[in-house]
Amino acid sequence: MTASADMPPERKKSRSGYSLRPSASLALISLLLALVGVGLIALTLGAAGIPLARLPAALALSTDGSSGAHLARDQLVLWSIRIPRIATAAVVGALLAISGAIMQGLFRNPLADPALVGVSSGGAFAAAAAIVFTDSRFGEHFRFMQNQLLPLAAFAGSLVTTVILYRIASRSGRTSIAIFLLAGLAIAAIANAGTGLLVFVADDRQLRDITFWLLGSLSGATWPKIAMLAPVLGLGLIARVTVARGLDVLVLGEAEAFHSGVDVERLKRISIVLVSGMTGVAVSICGVVGFIGIVAPHLLRLVIGPAHRLLLPASALLGAVLLVGADTLARSLVAPAEMPIGILTAAVGAPFFLGMLLRQRALVAL
Amino acid sequence: MSALLEARSLSVVVGGTTLVEAVDLRIHAGEMVAIVGPNGAGKSTLLRMLSGDLRPTQGQILLKQREIPSYPPALLAQHRAMLSQHVTVAFPFTVEEIVRMGAGDRSQAAAQPLVDAALSEVGLERFRHRQLPTLSGGEQQRAHFARVLVQLACGEARHGPGLLLLDEPTSSLDMRHQIDLVETARLRAGNGTAVVAVLHDLNLAMRFADRIVLLHRGKLAIDGIRTEAITTETIRRIFEVDVTIDYTDGGVPFLLPQTMRPVAAKN
Repeated sequence: MTASADMPPERKKSRSGYSLRPSASLALISLLLALVGVGLIALTLGAAGIPLARLPAALALSTDGSSGAHLARDQLVLWSIRIPRIATAAVVGALLAISGAIMQGLFRNPLADPALVGVSSGGAFAAAAAIVFTDSRFGEHFRFMQNQLLPLAAFAGSLVTTVILYRIASRSGRTSIAIFLLAGLAIAAIANAGTGLLVFVADDRQLRDITFWLLGSLSGATWPKIAMLAPVLGLGLIARVTVARGLDVLVLGEAEAFHSGVDVERLKRISIVLVSGMTGVAVSICGVVGFIGIVAPHLLRLVIGPAHRLLLPASALLGAVLLVGADTLARSLVAPAEMPIGILTAAVGAPFFLGMLLRQRALVAL
Repeated sequence: MSALLEARSLSVVVGGTTLVEAVDLRIHAGEMVAIVGPNGAGKSTLLRMLSGDLRPTQGQILLKQREIPSYPPALLAQHRAMLSQHVTVAFPFTVEEIVRMGAGDRSQAAAQPLVDAALSEVGLERFRHRQLPTLSGGEQQRAHFARVLVQLACGEARHGPGLLLLDEPTSSLDMRHQIDLVETARLRAGNGTAVVAVLHDLNLAMRFADRIVLLHRGKLAIDGIRTEAITTETIRRIFEVDVTIDYTDGGVPFLLPQTMRPVAAKN
């Protein structure tokens, strides 16, 4: 879709209802530049400030010999703390945004977000259960594999909640927005009650680990965790090719998608596994972080349109930008203390969501 | 000549209620068949079965001598296209993007001529960059018809004449666009497509269809050419309305209701 002189006149107007969309490469390149920009800012800010001028030396990009006394400290801060953290924020943001976009396509509902409708809560409950289990006398043999067990448990918890949600909210191919949100609320309440029970029975050490999920934080980012996250994102980005067209056509409804040649059952299965897998792994790393999955795809639909072939990779990039930005704020607003990132994303995302809900109410009766 | 679509003693029971009972139907390439009948007669249910969307409880449906459930969805979509009654779109896709969905996995460049042709056929070229949810119900219906035409054209380019199913395609259209749509379908039948349309407007059915299939309480009441199917007697018996049937100068029958007062149902 490139701009050209022979374009029909209405294409140039940006009247309401008409679409004036940038080309795919322009959108992706802009988002990539934004990610680099936010990443650079994130590198310089924090409890230990590293001015932009010292950045090349600390990153070992320049060897002009002007390395001062700060060099060793800068390098330590960057490579063992800040870069892993920024990378984690970027990957988790991308995972949350893609799973939000896929979930919205699956439920044909722009208000679907894994954190909002209990999928993240289900994952967090399962992760908390895994913590308590591996710390119990019965499960202590599994403690050595806690790092692998947590993401798996979170994935399983997310999968179960997504499937339950789909069963409840979808009747003969249609999802009611009201039933969907209420069912999500109820599922989140059940999962949170379960997590509350685990908190109640947990001892001090377990409690500290569980609290980490409830607040949502990226402070535990390490290179091994990134090594585990990155392949999941890679899988998600590859799998999007198999679901993108199907999700586009699914917007017409399940029956119409079938008439158009989409294997709807297969599409639903793949989508549910993708959403659960990406949400689960994100939750297992940094707890429940809400609203990224709703804000990023929604903003992008306004600009680049709803076609998933472009929406999914663009969402990944914008999700990364948003979470790296939010995390930078979280660790610099009240430095040297740190604000839980879940609070920040909710403070920005919840009013955004309410605004969308009000607009939706004007369009379709809830 | 073997039929393009053949349904053998089709029955479907949903929740203990028999919606369609023992319907036999043969539809040939190049034929346009109208399914008519009172509300609740099972017209849409029958069409959903013919599309492969709903499995019959009994009986079988052969599309080009092959049982419908044995087609994978992608292949089935190349042999039959279907326009449903109500399609709502949640996201701001443009008219052109919706119509292009009919082209399946064809590249944008390969699909574009078909998309352009279909848009001009339904008279929506001016609206191609409008977001579908901002159009009126009738305009949306025409956009979906264009999408279905693209799907049909893509399939017919590969496999020859296909099946076009239309479920009350004129329900939200004004008179001119009703006629446009049915004429477009008629034209497709002229090119070899087998067209099956559920229609409420008996005059439209008599004007354009080769054959009229009249359903009554889930059963096939009449299957015949228009003058056989539509008589004052059958209309009174099945629709419980008295009508006058007259003929245009060209010999096309048309029907005028005499009174809306129902006559006593016979049973």
